Amino acid sequence: MSELTTDREIIADSLGVGIGVGLYGVTFGALATTGGLSVLQACALSLLAFTGASQFAFLGVIAAGGAPLTGALTAVLLGIRNTFYGITLAPMLRVKGLRRLATAHLVIDESTAMSVVREDPRQGRLGFYWTGVTIFLIWNLMTLIGAVAGERIGDPRAIGLDAAVAAAFLGLLWPRLDSTSSRLLALLAAAVALGLVPFTPAGAPIIIGGVAAVLVGLRFVPDTTGVRDD
Amino acid sequence: MTDLWWGVLAVAVGCYALKLLGLSVPDRVLEHPLTERAAGFIPVGLLAALVAVQGFTDGQRVVLDARVVGLAVAAVLLWRKVSFLPMLIAAAASTALFRLIVG
Repeated sequence: MSELTTDREIIADSLGVGIGVGLYGVTFGALATTGGLSVLQACALSLLAFTGASQFAFLGVIAAGGAPLTGALTAVLLGIRNTFYGITLAPMLRVKGLRRLATAHLVIDESTAMSVVREDPRQGRLGFYWTGVTIFLIWNLMTLIGAVAGERIGDPRAIGLDAAVAAAFLGLLWPRLDSTSSRLLALLAAAVALGLVPFTPAGAPIIIGGVAAVLVGLRFVPDTTGVRDD
Repeated sequence: MTDLWWGVLAVAVGCYALKLLGLSVPDRVLEHPLTERAAGFIPVGLLAALVAVQGFTDGQRVVLDARVVGLAVAAVLLWRKVSFLPMLIAAAASTALFRLIVG
Protein backbone atom coordinates (compact mmCIF):
# COMPACT_ATOMS: atom_id res chain seq x y z
CA MET A 1 0.00 0.00 0.00
CA SER A 2 2.85 2.35 0.83
CA GLU A 3 3.92 2.73 -2.80
CA LEU A 4 0.51 4.27 -3.44
CA THR A 5 1.29 7.12 -1.05
CA THR A 6 2.40 10.05 -3.17
CA ASP A 7 4.99 12.62 -2.11
CA ARG A 8 2.21 15.17 -2.26
CA GLU A 9 0.17 13.29 0.33
CA ILE A 10 3.17 12.96 2.61
CA ILE A 11 3.85 16.69 2.43
CA ALA A 12 0.15 17.47 3.08
CA ASP A 13 0.09 15.15 6.12
CA SER A 14 3.32 16.66 7.41
CA LEU A 15 2.01 20.20 7.01
CA GLY A 16 -1.21 19.27 8.81
CA VAL A 17 0.60 17.81 11.79
CA GLY A 18 3.22 20.57 11.70
CA ILE A 19 0.70 23.41 11.75
CA GLY A 20 -1.49 21.76 14.41
CA VAL A 21 1.40 21.13 16.77
CA GLY A 22 3.18 24.39 15.97
CA LEU A 23 0.13 26.51 16.84
CA TYR A 24 0.27 25.03 20.28
CA GLY A 25 3.47 27.00 20.84
CA VAL A 26 1.19 29.92 21.75
CA THR A 27 0.17 28.03 24.89
CA PHE A 28 3.79 27.49 25.80
CA GLY A 29 4.63 31.16 25.29
CA ALA A 30 1.63 32.37 27.29
CA LEU A 31 2.24 29.97 30.15
CA ALA A 32 5.96 30.73 30.18
CA THR A 33 5.55 34.44 30.78
CA THR A 34 2.65 34.06 33.22
CA GLY A 35 4.70 31.41 35.01
CA GLY A 36 7.67 33.69 35.62
CA LEU A 37 9.88 33.47 32.51
CA SER A 38 10.75 36.51 30.40
CA VAL A 39 9.75 36.75 26.73
CA LEU A 40 13.40 36.21 25.80
CA GLN A 41 13.70 33.12 27.99
CA ALA A 42 10.51 31.63 26.54
CA CYS A 43 11.79 32.21 22.99
CA ALA A 44 15.25 30.88 23.86
CA LEU A 45 13.71 27.62 25.05
CA SER A 46 11.64 27.15 21.90
CA LEU A 47 14.57 28.05 19.63
CA LEU A 48 17.33 26.14 21.40
CA ALA A 49 15.68 23.26 23.27
CA PHE A 50 12.81 22.80 20.78
CA THR A 51 11.12 19.81 22.37
CA GLY A 52 7.66 20.54 23.75
CA ALA A 53 7.33 18.08 26.62
CA SER A 54 10.70 19.13 28.09
CA GLN A 55 9.88 22.82 27.75
CA PHE A 56 6.57 22.35 29.57
CA ALA A 57 8.24 20.23 32.23
CA PHE A 58 10.79 22.96 32.93
CA LEU A 59 7.98 25.49 33.10
CA GLY A 60 5.91 23.27 35.39
CA VAL A 61 8.71 23.11 37.95
CA ILE A 62 9.45 26.85 37.74
CA ALA A 63 5.77 27.79 38.03
CA ALA A 64 5.45 25.53 41.09
CA GLY A 65 8.32 27.45 42.72
CA GLY A 66 11.02 24.85 42.12
CA ALA A 67 14.70 25.51 41.52
CA PRO A 68 15.66 26.14 37.85
CA LEU A 69 18.19 23.32 37.90
CA THR A 70 15.59 20.87 39.24
CA GLY A 71 13.39 21.95 36.35
CA ALA A 72 16.27 21.50 33.92
CA LEU A 73 16.96 17.99 35.22
CA THR A 74 13.29 17.02 34.72
CA ALA A 75 13.33 18.50 31.23
CA VAL A 76 16.54 16.76 30.19
CA LEU A 77 15.31 13.40 31.56
CA LEU A 78 12.22 13.76 29.38
CA GLY A 79 14.48 14.58 26.43
CA ILE A 80 16.17 11.18 26.60
CA ARG A 81 13.53 9.70 24.34
CA ASN A 82 14.80 11.93 21.51
CA THR A 83 18.10 10.05 21.69
CA PHE A 84 16.29 6.82 20.96
CA TYR A 85 14.32 8.45 18.15
CA GLY A 86 17.67 9.52 16.70
CA ILE A 87 19.03 6.00 16.84
CA THR A 88 15.92 4.76 15.01
CA LEU A 89 16.13 7.53 12.41
CA ALA A 90 19.90 7.52 11.76
CA PRO A 91 19.99 4.73 9.16
CA MET A 92 17.24 6.45 7.16
CA LEU A 93 18.49 10.03 7.46
CA ARG A 94 22.17 9.20 6.80
CA VAL A 95 23.44 12.67 7.71
CA LYS A 96 27.02 13.71 8.43
CA GLY A 97 28.91 16.84 9.46
CA LEU A 98 27.02 20.14 9.48
CA ARG A 99 23.86 18.54 8.09
CA ARG A 100 23.81 16.22 11.06
CA LEU A 101 24.13 19.14 13.48
CA ALA A 102 21.14 20.87 11.89
CA THR A 103 19.07 17.72 11.41
CA ALA A 104 19.53 16.66 15.05
CA HIS A 105 17.60 19.71 16.20
CA LEU A 106 14.50 18.47 14.34
CA VAL A 107 14.45 15.07 16.07
CA ILE A 108 11.21 15.30 18.08
CA ASP A 109 8.07 13.18 18.65
CA GLU A 110 6.13 14.32 15.62
CA SER A 111 8.90 14.39 13.01
CA THR A 112 9.85 10.87 14.10
CA ALA A 113 6.25 9.69 14.00
CA MET A 114 5.72 11.11 10.50
CA SER A 115 8.80 9.39 9.09
CA VAL A 116 9.01 5.92 10.65
CA VAL A 117 5.63 4.99 9.16
CA ARG A 118 7.08 5.25 5.62
CA GLU A 119 8.66 2.17 4.10
CA ASP A 120 10.59 4.05 1.43
CA PRO A 121 13.56 5.85 3.07
CA ARG A 122 13.26 8.79 0.65
CA GLN A 123 9.62 9.32 1.63
CA GLY A 124 10.61 8.87 5.26
CA ARG A 125 13.08 11.73 4.92
CA LEU A 126 10.43 13.82 3.17
CA GLY A 127 8.02 13.34 6.09
CA PHE A 128 10.74 14.01 8.64
CA TYR A 129 11.97 17.30 7.19
CA TRP A 130 8.59 18.74 6.18
CA THR A 131 7.13 17.98 9.62
CA GLY A 132 10.22 19.09 11.54
CA VAL A 133 10.79 22.36 9.70
CA THR A 134 7.08 23.31 9.71
CA ILE A 135 6.80 22.75 13.46
CA PHE A 136 10.06 24.60 14.11
CA LEU A 137 8.93 27.73 12.25
CA ILE A 138 5.37 27.88 13.60
CA TRP A 139 6.27 26.75 17.13
CA ASN A 140 8.79 29.57 17.48
CA LEU A 141 6.58 32.23 15.95
CA MET A 142 3.66 31.20 18.18
CA THR A 143 5.88 31.08 21.27
CA LEU A 144 6.79 34.73 20.68
CA ILE A 145 3.15 35.71 20.15
CA GLY A 146 2.01 33.78 23.22
CA ALA A 147 4.84 35.13 25.37
CA VAL A 148 4.08 38.75 24.48
CA ALA A 149 0.31 38.29 24.89
CA GLY A 150 0.71 36.13 27.98
CA GLU A 151 2.05 38.97 30.07
CA ARG A 152 -1.22 40.79 29.48
CA ILE A 153 -3.50 37.83 30.18
CA GLY A 154 -3.23 38.30 33.95
CA ASP A 155 -4.32 35.33 36.04
CA PRO A 156 -3.94 32.27 33.80
CA ARG A 157 -6.39 30.35 35.98
CA ALA A 158 -9.27 32.58 34.93
CA ILE A 159 -9.12 31.12 31.42
CA GLY A 160 -8.22 27.62 32.61
CA LEU A 161 -4.64 27.62 31.32
CA ASP A 162 -3.45 25.63 34.34
CA ALA A 163 -5.82 22.82 33.37
CA ALA A 164 -4.64 23.11 29.75
CA VAL A 165 -1.06 22.31 30.80
CA ALA A 166 -2.22 19.25 32.73
CA ALA A 167 -4.31 18.25 29.70
CA ALA A 168 -1.26 18.72 27.44
CA PHE A 169 0.75 16.26 29.54
CA LEU A 170 -2.23 13.90 29.50
CA GLY A 171 -2.39 14.21 25.72
CA LEU A 172 1.30 13.35 25.39
CA LEU A 173 0.89 10.45 27.80
CA TRP A 174 -2.32 9.04 26.27
CA PRO A 175 -0.86 7.16 23.25
CA ARG A 176 1.64 5.47 25.58
CA LEU A 177 -1.09 3.97 27.78
CA ASP A 178 -1.55 1.12 25.32
CA SER A 179 -1.05 -1.75 27.76
CA THR A 180 -2.17 -2.71 31.26
CA SER A 181 1.41 -2.51 32.51
CA SER A 182 1.96 1.03 31.20
CA ARG A 183 -1.35 2.15 32.72
CA LEU A 184 -0.34 0.69 36.08
CA LEU A 185 3.09 2.32 35.87
CA ALA A 186 1.47 5.67 35.08
CA LEU A 187 -0.80 5.34 38.13
CA LEU A 188 2.20 4.41 40.26
CA ALA A 189 4.21 7.43 39.09
CA ALA A 190 1.24 9.75 39.72
CA ALA A 191 0.63 8.29 43.19
CA VAL A 192 4.30 8.50 44.22
CA ALA A 193 4.51 12.08 42.94
CA LEU A 194 1.36 13.20 44.80
CA GLY A 195 2.46 11.40 47.94
CA LEU A 196 5.76 13.29 47.94
CA VAL A 197 4.39 16.76 47.16
CA PRO A 198 3.83 17.82 50.81
CA PHE A 199 7.31 16.70 51.89
CA THR A 200 9.77 17.50 49.11
CA PRO A 201 10.90 20.59 47.18
CA ALA A 202 8.95 21.36 43.98
CA GLY A 203 10.15 19.33 41.02
CA ALA A 204 11.45 16.44 43.09
CA PRO A 205 8.10 14.54 43.13
CA ILE A 206 8.06 14.53 39.33
CA ILE A 207 11.54 13.06 39.00
CA ILE A 208 11.13 10.55 41.86
CA GLY A 209 7.67 9.49 40.61
CA GLY A 210 9.07 8.98 37.13
CA VAL A 211 12.11 7.07 38.31
CA ALA A 212 9.92 4.85 40.53
CA ALA A 213 7.86 3.87 37.48
CA VAL A 214 11.01 3.07 35.49
CA LEU A 215 12.50 0.90 38.27
CA VAL A 216 9.26 -0.99 38.89
CA GLY A 217 8.81 -1.38 35.13
CA LEU A 218 12.29 -2.83 34.66
CA ARG A 219 11.81 -5.17 37.61
CA PHE A 220 8.26 -6.44 37.08
CA VAL A 221 7.11 -5.89 33.49
CA PRO A 222 7.85 -8.97 31.35
CA ASP A 223 10.54 -8.24 28.78
CA THR A 224 8.84 -8.67 25.42
CA THR A 225 11.84 -7.42 23.44
CA GLY A 226 13.83 -10.46 24.58
CA VAL A 227 11.37 -12.73 22.75
CA ARG A 228 12.94 -11.78 19.42
CA ASP A 229 14.88 -14.60 17.84
CA ASP A 230 18.42 -13.26 17.88
CA MET B 1 23.29 35.69 34.76
CA THR B 2 20.32 34.66 36.89
CA ASP B 3 19.59 31.13 38.06
CA LEU B 4 16.63 31.05 35.70
CA TRP B 5 18.85 31.75 32.70
CA TRP B 6 21.24 28.99 33.79
CA GLY B 7 18.24 26.66 33.92
CA VAL B 8 17.09 27.71 30.44
CA LEU B 9 20.61 27.17 29.12
CA ALA B 10 20.89 23.76 30.78
CA VAL B 11 17.61 22.64 29.18
CA ALA B 12 18.74 23.90 25.76
CA VAL B 13 22.20 22.32 25.88
CA GLY B 14 20.98 19.07 27.47
CA CYS B 15 18.06 18.54 25.09
CA TYR B 16 20.08 19.32 21.97
CA ALA B 17 22.96 17.10 23.08
CA LEU B 18 20.55 14.19 23.58
CA LYS B 19 19.13 14.66 20.08
CA LEU B 20 22.59 14.80 18.51
CA LEU B 21 23.73 11.79 20.50
CA GLY B 22 21.00 9.66 18.94
CA LEU B 23 22.14 10.48 15.41
CA SER B 24 25.81 10.06 16.29
CA VAL B 25 26.31 6.86 18.28
CA PRO B 26 26.77 3.50 16.62
CA ASP B 27 23.66 1.34 17.13
CA ARG B 28 25.45 -1.16 19.37
CA VAL B 29 26.24 1.30 22.15
CA LEU B 30 22.66 2.12 23.10
CA GLU B 31 21.02 -1.03 21.78
CA HIS B 32 21.43 -2.72 25.14
CA PRO B 33 18.02 -4.25 26.00
CA LEU B 34 18.00 -2.65 29.44
CA THR B 35 18.46 0.92 28.12
CA GLU B 36 15.86 0.29 25.42
CA ARG B 37 13.31 -0.85 27.98
CA ALA B 38 14.10 2.00 30.37
CA ALA B 39 13.62 4.46 27.51
CA GLY B 40 10.11 3.12 27.03
CA PHE B 41 9.19 3.55 30.69
CA ILE B 42 10.68 7.04 31.19
CA PRO B 43 8.05 9.03 29.24
CA VAL B 44 5.18 7.10 30.87
CA GLY B 45 6.51 7.68 34.38
CA LEU B 46 7.50 11.32 33.94
CA LEU B 47 4.40 12.38 32.03
CA ALA B 48 2.07 10.68 34.53
CA ALA B 49 3.86 12.40 37.40
CA LEU B 50 3.58 15.72 35.54
CA VAL B 51 -0.18 15.25 35.00
CA ALA B 52 -0.60 14.50 38.71
CA VAL B 53 1.44 17.46 39.95
CA GLN B 54 0.06 19.94 37.42
CA GLY B 55 -3.52 18.74 37.86
CA PHE B 56 -3.84 18.03 41.56
CA THR B 57 -1.45 20.18 43.55
CA ASP B 58 -1.24 23.76 44.74
CA GLY B 59 2.22 24.53 46.07
CA GLN B 60 2.98 21.89 48.70
CA ARG B 61 -0.64 20.73 48.99
CA VAL B 62 -2.58 18.05 47.16
CA VAL B 63 -5.91 19.57 46.11
CA LEU B 64 -9.01 18.71 44.09
CA ASP B 65 -10.35 21.75 42.22
CA ALA B 66 -11.78 22.91 38.89
CA ARG B 67 -8.83 21.41 36.99
CA VAL B 68 -10.41 17.98 37.52
CA VAL B 69 -13.25 19.08 35.22
CA GLY B 70 -10.79 20.07 32.50
CA LEU B 71 -8.82 16.84 32.84
CA ALA B 72 -12.03 14.76 32.69
CA VAL B 73 -13.10 16.59 29.53
CA ALA B 74 -9.60 16.08 28.08
CA ALA B 75 -9.69 12.36 28.86
CA VAL B 76 -13.06 11.89 27.15
CA LEU B 77 -11.90 13.82 24.07
CA LEU B 78 -8.61 11.89 23.89
CA TRP B 79 -10.59 8.67 24.13
CA ARG B 80 -12.77 9.93 21.24
CA LYS B 81 -9.54 10.64 19.31
CA VAL B 82 -10.11 14.38 19.13
CA SER B 83 -6.89 16.11 18.05
CA PHE B 84 -4.52 17.92 20.37
CA LEU B 85 -5.41 21.60 20.04
CA PRO B 86 -9.24 21.33 20.24
CA MET B 87 -8.74 19.02 23.23
CA LEU B 88 -6.61 21.63 25.02
CA ILE B 89 -9.05 24.44 24.29
CA ALA B 90 -11.96 22.34 25.59
CA ALA B 91 -10.02 21.48 28.76
CA ALA B 92 -9.20 25.14 29.42
CA ALA B 93 -12.71 26.36 28.57
CA SER B 94 -14.50 23.79 30.74
CA THR B 95 -12.24 24.60 33.69
CA ALA B 96 -12.75 28.34 33.24
CA LEU B 97 -16.52 27.88 32.94
CA PHE B 98 -16.64 25.75 36.06
CA ARG B 99 -14.70 28.40 37.99
CA LEU B 100 -17.03 31.11 36.72
CA ILE B 101 -20.13 29.21 37.85
CA VAL B 102 -18.87 27.82 41.16
CA GLY B 103 -16.74 30.84 41.94
